[in-house]
Amino acid sequence: MSAPAKLAWTGVCKRFDGAPVLDGFDLSVAAGRSLVIIGGSGQGKSVAIKVALGLLSPDAGAVSLDGRDVLGLGEQARRELFSRIGVLFQGSALFDSLTVWENVAFRLIHADRVPRRMAKARAVDALARVRLSATVADLRPSELSGGMQKRVGLARAIIGDPEVLFFDEPTTGLDPISAAAINALIVDQVRRLGCTAVSITHDLASARTIGDEIAMLQGGQIVWRGPAADLDRTDNAYVRQFVDGRPDGPITSAA
Amino acid sequence: MTATGASWGGTLRPVRAIGRSALSVVRLVGAVAIFAVRGVAAIFSPPWFPGQALRQLVAIGFFSLPVVGLTAVFTGAALALNIFSGGGRLNAEQVMPQIVALGITRELGPVLAALMLAGRVSAAIAAEIGAMRATEQIDAMRTLSTDPYRYLVAPRLLAAVMVLPLLTVVADIIGIAGGWLVAVRVLGFNPTVYIHNTAAFVQGWDVGSGLIKAAVFGFIVALMGCYHGYHASGGARGVGRATTHAVVSAAILIFASDYLLTTLFTHR
Repeated sequence: MSAPAKLAWTGVCKRFDGAPVLDGFDLSVAAGRSLVIIGGSGQGKSVAIKVALGLLSPDAGAVSLDGRDVLGLGEQARRELFSRIGVLFQGSALFDSLTVWENVAFRLIHADRVPRRMAKARAVDALARVRLSATVADLRPSELSGGMQKRVGLARAIIGDPEVLFFDEPTTGLDPISAAAINALIVDQVRRLGCTAVSITHDLASARTIGDEIAMLQGGQIVWRGPAADLDRTDNAYVRQFVDGRPDGPITSAA
Repeated sequence: MTATGASWGGTLRPVRAIGRSALSVVRLVGAVAIFAVRGVAAIFSPPWFPGQALRQLVAIGFFSLPVVGLTAVFTGAALALNIFSGGGRLNAEQVMPQIVALGITRELGPVLAALMLAGRVSAAIAAEIGAMRATEQIDAMRTLSTDPYRYLVAPRLLAAVMVLPLLTVVADIIGIAGGWLVAVRVLGFNPTVYIHNTAAFVQGWDVGSGLIKAAVFGFIVALMGCYHGYHASGGARGVGRATTHAVVSAAILIFASDYLLTTLFTHR
């Protein structure tokens, strides 16, 4: 018997200007597992995550966390839901006007009303967990490198010890060494927290490192799903073309 | 399609275009109204962010003082010259202090201060919030259990509504002073008589009606900046477009609401 789903999308449809991006999207992740969604640009990977987070409303379908529908939640219930979730955005999405520690402790200060001194201590602790020293705490995000900004974003995502972590293209724009360091931190933190992780990426090295399972999104639906180790063994035509990086095959390039 | 059908289709094309434009205007007005209601509701319901409101008070109010002051002094001076030369045709030069004071307090003080804020503040708000939208900072804020209407919109609306009447008081004083300076230094008016005439003529309602207008204009300035920034899309180009739309729509709404409020106040 398979483990109950921690997070599940059921029949999710989403159109933009009449064009379907998600078209009956079904996917579930078991508790404590790390699932990576791969797929080409514009296939709806980010849309799937934004629907789950309530940042986009689907045209049809449902998303549930621990079996409870999360799409129709009121403001208060959504705030409570977000306290169980951490998100690392593609461009880190750090607030320019705040210092590094204020970014990391944003939820503690503004939603949980934790006193600033305590919030700063916890932010410095979260920064240490992503291998950043306390000296960066008082800097502005613009004073950090791209890799350091990702680490700050990760520290912000994990500071509340979330049950579910979302990673949106965690290694995009990073050099291979910084990307490997971020991948290692993600694996380390997901394991330490024992949380459920959903990542989206088209960086296959990253997918192999951080995923227990990999699912491929194509044409608004999941066309393949399997253990990370099977990514290089499957004969699924979509996966083969994507992994081999061939222009010819069932996937037509939008470029 | 028959020839008659094709001909009807061609004839109806402009009607369809007008219909589409009308619908899009109605849709826009509805969207702005809903945004405004959510923003105002966020002012009156917790959690509040007083630090953000204070920061906006300084950014919108204090840093707008020089531009509002300079605009007011030159406008007051130019108004004095125009009324003096125009009044000369009717041998009515001596009423110049009263008309300058009336024009500044009722109309030019609030409108010019608001237009300066539309250029300076609406644009800045739209650019800042638009950039936050483009870089997913607003999405991040929501996932951090913080409502962007409360954290970003409400403090700006509140600050602008509070600050623009204060800036208008400053514009009124400096504008009248500009008129006084020209009257005394250039046109040979007696300084004491000028001040006496102004003070004796201006009534509380002249200033009060200008301040009410200013509060409404402040709301418009912040609302347009927030609305267009919040709905910016399409990266840097979209942020630029949002900034332009914010300034233009704020300026138009300031003039339109000025006319409506003036009509209301003169018929009270």
